[in-house]
Amino acid sequence: MVEKRHWFFDTLPHVILCMGVFIVAFPVWLAFVGSTWDAATIANGQMPIYPGPHAAENYYRTLFVGAGRTTGQPVWLMMTNSFVMAITIAVGKIAISIISAYAVVYFRFPFRMAAFWLIFITLMLPVEVRIYPTYEIVAQLNMLDTYSGLAIPLIASATATLLFRQFFMTIPDELVEASKIDGAGPFKFFKDTVLPLSITTIAALFVIQFIYGWNQYLWPLLITTKPTMQTIVIGIKTMLVTQDALTEWQLAMTTAVLAMVPPVLVVLVMQKLFVRGLVETEK
Amino acid sequence: MAEVTLKAVRKVYAGNVEAVKGVDIDIPDGGFCVLVGPSGCGKSTLLRMVAGLETISSGEIAIGGRVVNQIEPADRDIAMVFQNYALYPHMSVYDNIAYGLRNRGTPKDEIDRRVQEAARILAIEPFLARRPRQLSGGQRQRVAMGRAIVRKPQVFLFDEPLSNLDAKLRVQMRVEIKKLQRALGVTAIYVTHDQVEAMTLSDKLVVMNGGRVEQVGTPTDVYRRPATKFVATFIGSPPMNIVPGVVAGEGSVSVGGHVMAVDDIRAGLPKGAKVDIGLRPEDLVVEPGATDGHPLIEVDFVEELGATQLFHGTLGGAPIVVQCPTDKVPTTVKRLALSIAPTLIHVFDHETGERIGRTFGSVAA
Repeated sequence: MVEKRHWFFDTLPHVILCMGVFIVAFPVWLAFVGSTWDAATIANGQMPIYPGPHAAENYYRTLFVGAGRTTGQPVWLMMTNSFVMAITIAVGKIAISIISAYAVVYFRFPFRMAAFWLIFITLMLPVEVRIYPTYEIVAQLNMLDTYSGLAIPLIASATATLLFRQFFMTIPDELVEASKIDGAGPFKFFKDTVLPLSITTIAALFVIQFIYGWNQYLWPLLITTKPTMQTIVIGIKTMLVTQDALTEWQLAMTTAVLAMVPPVLVVLVMQKLFVRGLVETEK
Repeated sequence: MAEVTLKAVRKVYAGNVEAVKGVDIDIPDGGFCVLVGPSGCGKSTLLRMVAGLETISSGEIAIGGRVVNQIEPADRDIAMVFQNYALYPHMSVYDNIAYGLRNRGTPKDEIDRRVQEAARILAIEPFLARRPRQLSGGQRQRVAMGRAIVRKPQVFLFDEPLSNLDAKLRVQMRVEIKKLQRALGVTAIYVTHDQVEAMTLSDKLVVMNGGRVEQVGTPTDVYRRPATKFVATFIGSPPMNIVPGVVAGEGSVSVGGHVMAVDDIRAGLPKGAKVDIGLRPEDLVVEPGATDGHPLIEVDFVEELGATQLFHGTLGGAPIVVQCPTDKVPTTVKRLALSIAPTLIHVFDHETGERIGRTFGSVAA
């Protein structure tokens, strides 16, 4: 693109982009600023838009003491809960989906397509739709207020299975045949060829599923009752609802900022693989 | 080292589609057998049955005297080179070649020795650490060959291995494959639709059509004495001319009113019986100046191929092509008088397309 353009048409897209960035970033910045002032400054409506002096104090209190009157739990505990849930969901989904997709694509067993359609149908049944029966089952299995209760019902996933299936179908049949002739059985073919080729797909799914798990609200709200099992998303909400006292906005803002950190880290760490998965195929 | 025997091998797919209709082939130890035919003729299916990638509906395949019908591909002692190379994209060239040996539990130093040896033979030593996608088509082809020879199998199977290469590289690799097979003395089965590859590589040429074997023989045999009209037009480039004719008497036929002596024709054919006459473009000789007693063709147009020229015209109502060396005949010529040696005329049954030779069909191979 070497053609000479009018300066106006060079500037306009940038202006629009800057506005977009501003719209997205300003609330985040406000949350960060809010986490660095004391409760009084925020409450009287005169919080400046630059960081204040109380950052260390707020973060220490939030992480290790907690908002006494509402959640009553230090946020590091909530973060741990969220983290365990998100990781279990992401890893669990990937592990189950890749195996089921492998079965559906590479094995000719009776009712193969029926099995595939059964998986496919669950696309239409997210937790919100089947929440009562799912709750019932989890309750009867005594899994309320447990990590397994938090994560397992969310692991079943048609999306990931579909994604892997589509990916496996692009692996040339010749590769399967070459493996057969090279003496690799189904397990070896999976371990030596399918898994290494799927790395980028796995990375992309991990990013998506981790954030999906981390942001869960309804399900944890329903099945956790003990304060020690709260997730961070629930915690933020709880902090905002106070009876006869001032909302401790500075702590809520601090929690919000802390809640953003792990997903951001996951994206940053996985970004390279994620992008490689999108732009470059190793087939 | 082993001979490969196919006995009445059939392949029937679901829906009663018969892809291979009873094939018998014997390939001697160290032989190079090429299966050639148009797409859909069952040649690849046949090869994949030998490899064990397709089940055998009926019949028997034996490698080195051992019936392999129920044996897994990995245990058949074969190696296969695929059309699209089928290299493992995430492995280095070294690992690609070594993979099959590792799966068989070959000791590490033995693997290394064999991989290095294969790499030396194929001149791919500088690429051993690279990934397949960093290689050119010809280099990938060599790696695929390396993967086959490193195993020291009893049989090499090639499934149109050169079809993805450009013309120049194809000629070069063709020669190399032949040399390599000779040097290693391993029995080879090679599938192609390219008749030049088929002619140059094979000791034993199998021409297939519609799931059946049309002819088995040496390349010269198939070229010189095609058993059917199909083989006659399939092998040879430009393809053999087929013109309608009638039996004119013992040992002679008539094409467009011209009687020609034929060497290889069955005795006792009824006079006036309709036959198809096969004349290879390269066997037709232009008789400059002559008109009497020779079949004449009207020239429609001329194709220049450099060394030779192709004169297109009609004879006896059928299109005909005559190939002759450049500069022998002016391209402006309107009419050509032809002659052909009696030994070079092929006669086929008009209905069945089978050769009506003195010994029926081809020489048994």
